[in-house]
Amino acid sequence: MTGAPCLDIFNLSATLANGSRVLRSVSLAVAPGEVRALVGESGAGKSMIGKAVLGVLPPSVHIVEGRITLEGADLTGMPPKQRRAQIGAKTALIPQDPLTALNPSRRIGPQMTDRLVKILGWDAARADTRIRHLLDEVQIREPERVIRAYPHELSGGMRQRVLIAAAFAAEPRLIVADEPTTALDVTVQKQILRLIAALQREHGTAILFVTHDLGVVAKISQKVSVLYAGKIVEEADTHALFAAPKHAYTRALMAATPKYTDPLASLKPVDEAVLAGLSAEIAEADGTWRAHG
Amino acid sequence: MADALFSVRGLKVALPDMTRKPLFGAAPKVEILKGIDLDLPRNSVTGIVGESGSGKSTLGRTLVRLIEPTEGTVSFNGRDIAHFGETELKPLRKDLQMIFQDPMSSLNPRRTIGAIIAAPLRHNGVTGNLAKRVAEALTRVGLPQSFASRFRHELSGGQRQRVGIARALALNPAFVVADEIVSGLDVSTQAQILTLLEKLAAEMGLTVAFISHDLSVVRRLCKQVIVMRNGMIVESGPTDALFAAPKEQYTRELIAAIPLPEVDPNWLNMTA
Repeated sequence: MTGAPCLDIFNLSATLANGSRVLRSVSLAVAPGEVRALVGESGAGKSMIGKAVLGVLPPSVHIVEGRITLEGADLTGMPPKQRRAQIGAKTALIPQDPLTALNPSRRIGPQMTDRLVKILGWDAARADTRIRHLLDEVQIREPERVIRAYPHELSGGMRQRVLIAAAFAAEPRLIVADEPTTALDVTVQKQILRLIAALQREHGTAILFVTHDLGVVAKISQKVSVLYAGKIVEEADTHALFAAPKHAYTRALMAATPKYTDPLASLKPVDEAVLAGLSAEIAEADGTWRAHG
Repeated sequence: MADALFSVRGLKVALPDMTRKPLFGAAPKVEILKGIDLDLPRNSVTGIVGESGSGKSTLGRTLVRLIEPTEGTVSFNGRDIAHFGETELKPLRKDLQMIFQDPMSSLNPRRTIGAIIAAPLRHNGVTGNLAKRVAEALTRVGLPQSFASRFRHELSGGQRQRVGIARALALNPAFVVADEIVSGLDVSTQAQILTLLEKLAAEMGLTVAFISHDLSVVRRLCKQVIVMRNGMIVESGPTDALFAAPKEQYTRELIAAIPLPEVDPNWLNMTA
């Protein structure tokens, strides 16, 4: 990596009110214009990291240690108002479920321009031109119809295109994509991944791509962090990770992932020994952390 | 096919389209299945794949007669059950079981796991030691017998789906529809559930219709595959042959769209 990272998370730990740790000394960086995948199973805390970056953690989760730095500015040490301004100006989210992310009772157009006008202070005409341009970039052929449509009038793929366009509209430096294709059919998923990759390259945006699907990781990212129980167990170049996974859990995840080209070697249940090893690793990390803190 | 458990010919299903229902009067019908012919061979797992809206779940529900078809024949063990009424279906119900996609919504939150598994036994006139049958069903799916007294919310996602399987198999059915039974699960749990289903299907001589959107999973589990789109069958055949040489463009696109866990810089640029 050359120069300063766009997003730098250092030694981030978070706990619930009862003191149990949900993030365990997480460190990861996303270079400008790079796609870093954050992969893990449900409950691993991958969405939690995305939420921490965007400053939208649920009130029950407290950051107890560590730093989140966005383009050199330490978000964790900032007054809330200033932090929100930084995050609003420099980041955007592509959510998992486009139907819940869109307001069902408002037309698409105003929902897309809202952020540009109300948060970034653009004038309405400029915002309107901008979203038309973006809708064109996400290959929506009838922008007029889509701008006037209500969310339920669009297909799942179209709704996700709209949200991708909205995310890129204000030229954010960093996008958090939280399982953006999980709710979609495979053929639509492929179109959406292609679109995200193309826009990402063209706009030079850094993406923290949260997913549970190693297949998606392999296709979209340059770097990967593998998360288990709020702890990063392996981090590598995507190429290196798939060529030679180092951690037993990464290998187990790969063996469990179905592969139509190699049916007999895939869909292997995760070995008990691997899970026992992980528990020991987590317990040890928590022990050191408590002794240290 | 001589040894087919199910033989379906010219199957059409139309369901009311509630989004277009007028304030008064019946909702207009929309045709979901538009003429399906298929044979499900005995003692084997057949994959039914397709994208959302292809009609795969409607087909599964019609086979176990949760839905009555508008046209065509559904012959089960040589008898056409397409238009059987509830009384005629009752004796067949124990052989036509279903495992649902989301155990969180298909398991009653107020009843114990034991009561949930015992319910189909009771409904089908099984008397005697139900607790013993429940314990057997739990053991079969790899859950401790003590789970009989637990509730849905006390179980993990994988354990809940095991209960769904235990309930469907408690009556030793001839046929089971498994409708997207792993789509809400993590890969490691998914592998366990599929391995379990594979093992039980072989041990119990089940005929399974395995409905899925995931061709990789189907490749591993199913002997033959039916590819559906827009209420019609696009292509069907033995799994090996279909993956080795898909005949239809749509099947090729479906297969090519699966992101394999392998780095391939060209994948995003390929169209099919």
